[in-house]
Amino acid sequence: MSLNMTLIGELIAFIVFVLFCMKFVWPPLNNAIEARQKKIADGLAAGEKAEKSLEEAQAKVADELKDAKAQAAEIIAQAKKRADETIEDGKKRGEQEREKIVAAGHSEVEAERNRLREELRKQVAVLAVAGASKIIEREIDKDAHSDIVEKLVAEL
Amino acid sequence: MAAEELTLQSHIQHHLTNAKMCSTENGLAFNKACSEAGFWTWHIDTLAWSIGLGILFLMIFRSAAKKANTGVPGKFQCFIEMIVEFVSDNVRDTFHGKSKLIAPLALTIFVWVFLMNLMDLIPVDFLPAFAGWVGETGFGVDSHDVYMKIVPTTDINMTAALALGVFLLMIGYGIRMKGIGGFIKELTLHPFSSSNMAVQILLIPFNLLLETIALVAKPFSLALRLFGNLYAGELIFILIGAIGLMQLPLHFVWAVFHILVIVLQAFVFMMLTIVYLSMASSESH
Repeated sequence: MSLNMTLIGELIAFIVFVLFCMKFVWPPLNNAIEARQKKIADGLAAGEKAEKSLEEAQAKVADELKDAKAQAAEIIAQAKKRADETIEDGKKRGEQEREKIVAAGHSEVEAERNRLREELRKQVAVLAVAGASKIIEREIDKDAHSDIVEKLVAEL
Repeated sequence: MAAEELTLQSHIQHHLTNAKMCSTENGLAFNKACSEAGFWTWHIDTLAWSIGLGILFLMIFRSAAKKANTGVPGKFQCFIEMIVEFVSDNVRDTFHGKSKLIAPLALTIFVWVFLMNLMDLIPVDFLPAFAGWVGETGFGVDSHDVYMKIVPTTDINMTAALALGVFLLMIGYGIRMKGIGGFIKELTLHPFSSSNMAVQILLIPFNLLLETIALVAKPFSLALRLFGNLYAGELIFILIGAIGLMQLPLHFVWAVFHILVIVLQAFVFMMLTIVYLSMASSESH
């Protein structure tokens, strides 16, 4: 149990092992670990960034969707309004047309009536004159009393 | 070669004796023939097991190092990298300088000492008995003359070699960081200092004495702590192994407890190495 050459042998072995470890074991392992740590950190950062950009994109999509909906609603409202206007227009025009037609019909009827009345008056006048002349033939001078007859006819 | 009676004492003695080798006038000699060799003895079992375990450590870690990349690591790779990171964290926390040496040194100490300590968990009679059988059948040697101590850290030479390596590094770091002048100043001008020149010179011997003791105590404590813990543990394993059937539960209990000692001592040796080197290379005293 006393110190002897083993001490020297072990010291040499120790030095050799440490040197080997320093040259061939530690650097690759440590480098790999550090590189992997960096990679993982980068990956996490990228993931976070992607998540953020996804959130932004989603927010944008929601915004645009809202815009589009609003636009659509506006367009629909406009279309409805225009349709209403068109219908109103059509109705109004129809009304006018109807009134015009009705007015035209009225005036036509009026004209026809006037014409008929005129005709009738003439015929009545003729008839009256003929009747009167038949009743009071000779007694009445056609030329002398035509103005009275005319007056009578006009009063009809 | 009369087989001596196997008493408990001789059994224990047998277990605690290293296989020795030395060169004499008649060529290489072994074991009892080396009792006169003194310092020029080699403990071949300590050397073989420790170097074998050291190579095992380097092979395992080298194979992991070759496969190391930034992709998804396998389980073996993860395990190795966990150890590396554990050591790396400890070094980063404790050693505040830049050094390419400290971390691999700490890793080597931790894993190597751990592996050597781990040999303690192999039942105490297995390998020595096997070695005795090989010696008897293969070389015609009495199995009582075949020694095999399989836990290198129960050999003071092993722990002293580690401590000596660390000690040399402490001195080397001290000189590299502070220069030879700074290193000597630290040994002579602390802890007692005076603004008076004459008093200062008077104080130098005291300082030198104190600082030298403090410096030398570090490798001594390193070597003896590891050696003492493992030697005591091994001794208790041997004693338990000598008491018959009752040894089974006792052995189990002691082995479970000893697992703690094995890891803890490896860790302590590594941490103290880092701390001592950190102290040696920092300016403040």
